[in-house]
Amino acid sequence: MTMRMRPETWIRPTPQGLYVEPGDFFIDPVRPAARAVVTHGHADHARPGNESVLATAGTLAIMRARYGAAAGGTLQAIGYGQSVRIGDVTVGFAPAGHVLGSAQIVLEHGGSRVVVSGDYKRRRDPTCPPFEPQSCDVFVTEATFGLPVFVHPVDADEIARLLGSVHRNPERAHLVGVYALGKCQRVIRLLREAGWDAPIFVHGALAELCAVYEQAGVALGPLRAVAGAEPRDLAGAIVLAPPSALADRWSRRLPEPLAVAASGWMRIRQRARQRGVELPLVISDHADWPELLGTFADVDAPEIWVTHGQEDALVHAAGLQGRRARALRLIGRDEDGGP
Amino acid sequence: MKRFAQLLDALILAPARGAKLRLLVDHFRSAPDPDRGWALAALTDGLDFPAVKPAAIRDLAATRIDPVLFALSYDYVGDLAETVALLWPPTGIAVHAPLHEIVDTLARARRQDAPALLAGWMDRLDSDGRWALLKLVTGGLRVGVSARLAKTALAEHGGVDVSAIEEIWHGLEPPYAALFGWLDGQGPMPPKTGALGFRPMMLAHALDDADRAALSPRDVAVEWKWDGIRVQLACDGTGAVRLHARGGDEIGGAFPEIVTGLEHRVVADGELLVGTGFRPAPFADLQQRLNRKAPSRALIARHPAFLRLYDILFDGEEDLRALPFATRRARLETWFAQRVAGTPADGRIDLSPRLDATTWEDLARLRDGSAAIGAEGLMLKRLDSAYVGGRPKGSWYKWKRDPMHADAVLMYAQRGHGKRSSFYSDFTFGCWREDGELVPVGKAYFGFTDAELARLDRWVRANAVDRFGPVLVVARELVCELAFDGVQRSSRHKSGLALRFPRIARIRWDKPAAEADRIDALEGLVGRDRADPR
Ligand SMILES: [Zn+2]
Ligand SMILES: [Zn+2]
Repeated sequence: MTMRMRPETWIRPTPQGLYVEPGDFFIDPVRPAARAVVTHGHADHARPGNESVLATAGTLAIMRARYGAAAGGTLQAIGYGQSVRIGDVTVGFAPAGHVLGSAQIVLEHGGSRVVVSGDYKRRRDPTCPPFEPQSCDVFVTEATFGLPVFVHPVDADEIARLLGSVHRNPERAHLVGVYALGKCQRVIRLLREAGWDAPIFVHGALAELCAVYEQAGVALGPLRAVAGAEPRDLAGAIVLAPPSALADRWSRRLPEPLAVAASGWMRIRQRARQRGVELPLVISDHADWPELLGTFADVDAPEIWVTHGQEDALVHAAGLQGRRARALRLIGRDEDGGP
Repeated sequence: MKRFAQLLDALILAPARGAKLRLLVDHFRSAPDPDRGWALAALTDGLDFPAVKPAAIRDLAATRIDPVLFALSYDYVGDLAETVALLWPPTGIAVHAPLHEIVDTLARARRQDAPALLAGWMDRLDSDGRWALLKLVTGGLRVGVSARLAKTALAEHGGVDVSAIEEIWHGLEPPYAALFGWLDGQGPMPPKTGALGFRPMMLAHALDDADRAALSPRDVAVEWKWDGIRVQLACDGTGAVRLHARGGDEIGGAFPEIVTGLEHRVVADGELLVGTGFRPAPFADLQQRLNRKAPSRALIARHPAFLRLYDILFDGEEDLRALPFATRRARLETWFAQRVAGTPADGRIDLSPRLDATTWEDLARLRDGSAAIGAEGLMLKRLDSAYVGGRPKGSWYKWKRDPMHADAVLMYAQRGHGKRSSFYSDFTFGCWREDGELVPVGKAYFGFTDAELARLDRWVRANAVDRFGPVLVVARELVCELAFDGVQRSSRHKSGLALRFPRIARIRWDKPAAEADRIDALEGLVGRDRADPR
């Protein structure tokens, strides 16, 4: 009979990120590390300057597009369902359903199993494979929407509201604030599925990652740059831009722009109002409250570690499910509105 | 309920007045009766459900929601109705009860039955519907719609003048079947307000340079601009008396010493003030009376109220409003001599004196001396002006004393709304404290040219040093000259002071921040003013 090593003896939060001692590597390190295992390409998880990086091909393509040569010294790609041995740890990758390339990291050591899920969601996303629950002893979860007020509606209904507004306001440009990685491409795919065939205008800051998605086989249909477009082309058009552009001088070039935002935060009316959003769409790449709690049950983990977001409520609710739960309070993660 | 919820949702997010107006007109045009009438009542504060209090809603939430999760959520969301609406556990398919059914049922409900009724509806509504329901029953929708805007939308819907709506408004009852019948072209105009009803007040414009150039002092009646609250006195001739504030609210109950002893039918316009011997006391004293619906005898003795009249709208049955001001003033004086002088009302009602001035120099001198007698400046009323509800152009003017000024440092900037939403146009300013700390004194809006606004916007973007949500913190380098109407003590500001109606008079690109004014300078101005008559 083998002794089971309790996970907190070999994996622990440090100021640099989650450190896995028997493999001597960090998961999503916030400062450059000798060896990094990266869950997904969002900038608060994938940072430049690591000596070696292990991630999915999708994540590596995103890092190369963002950081060029600074993406890392050696980049090692791994597929979903595959695993490698690092030191005394087996490191496997499973889809997280968050963005292109996003993965849960499945760690096995000393007879116990820890899943670091990164960011994840449970509903269908036409731009990446769905989350696959992995049973484990410890499930490490995000808590971006870790309050019971966050329940995301069906995304197709939200897209229908956007298209309804476009039809009612044919003289206005609908300026949709989206994160450059993931939300942008998902909204485009959802629009295409809803039958919107017209060219979609994209802010320059979004173009490169759209190309990465296209190369990965996610067809986005006709896209056009906003720069150089005539105001008359933009009337009645859908324009995607980073959320900051909603308030920016950049938006003044659009005809009567109607401010739209696609984000889980839009569930809170006051929040939409504060940000001057006229049409809030609740579309999120993060698990909502029922998905978070449902996932704990699906992976059937007796212990839950919460990395970033609204930890207090989630720790409390996991406790009500009879699981041991604690907040890791990792630093350097986007607390708010982040990807 | 679904349409009402959609309306509130759209209104709260509509960026500008024009967009809100369109939404309202569309709603009044297409929503069914009587729901559109109840929506109108909700928007104009015409609904009250004494059976429901916010505490009851919190208690109700506790029956369905884990208290820790509720507290964390409420803390995050910040709005009780929205928190409960979002947290209420879903029970299946939404079936929206019609708005009128909810209103009817709740209006008849006893306090102890209200929670069960609310819970029943919430079980069958979606979260938007729950939010609208909770907003409805707790009052105070706060969706950025004034009663005036709602009436403007009604007028647009019916193709009538908004003053016609005001004229009949106070005789109407929710759900306003007669009103909508008339606006739809299906029925007669509802009768105008009865003897005790509120008539829309005539309001003045602030005098500007163009007005001054066009106006001769010989064509106007000149009065002090009193610093009380504007009221309309209505007596029906049988002893019943009403005192209406600007919006039409009845406040006579709070001023029993004034509303007793008047026996002739009349509607008159004037200022409610407190003080003994007809000497106006500071507005703060009046405020104490306004805070009490039922004042104690001691409070009345300490701050006795009086009524200073300046216009007459009805004398007996006779409607005087179409007559010129000069004629109405003569009628007012006659009425006062015959009906008030020597009666018990005599010591509590007087007339606002007419002042003599034939040149602008005379007027300026009077205005500069207005502080000494407790006035805020002058009223200039064209002698030929009819009494017209609302704020007709070119009839009455208020000419206030020069505002006070201070040089303050820009601290925070926030984007504006509507057309200006891409510009930083709301600004918080601070003055220096003894210890060298810069502390906020108020928020001022920019009312100047687009070119200046654009330049200020550029400066803000180039000098931002931090951000809290929508608020940019800027380098403490830019000085603006603020004009304001006064300084009040305020526990909300770190400075302990708040400026009244601050606005940016000038951008002092030239002035170093260290030379901006100190808090002590503002301290010296506290109490030199009082609140605007409402
Ligand atoms: Zn994250
Ligand atoms: Zn992410």
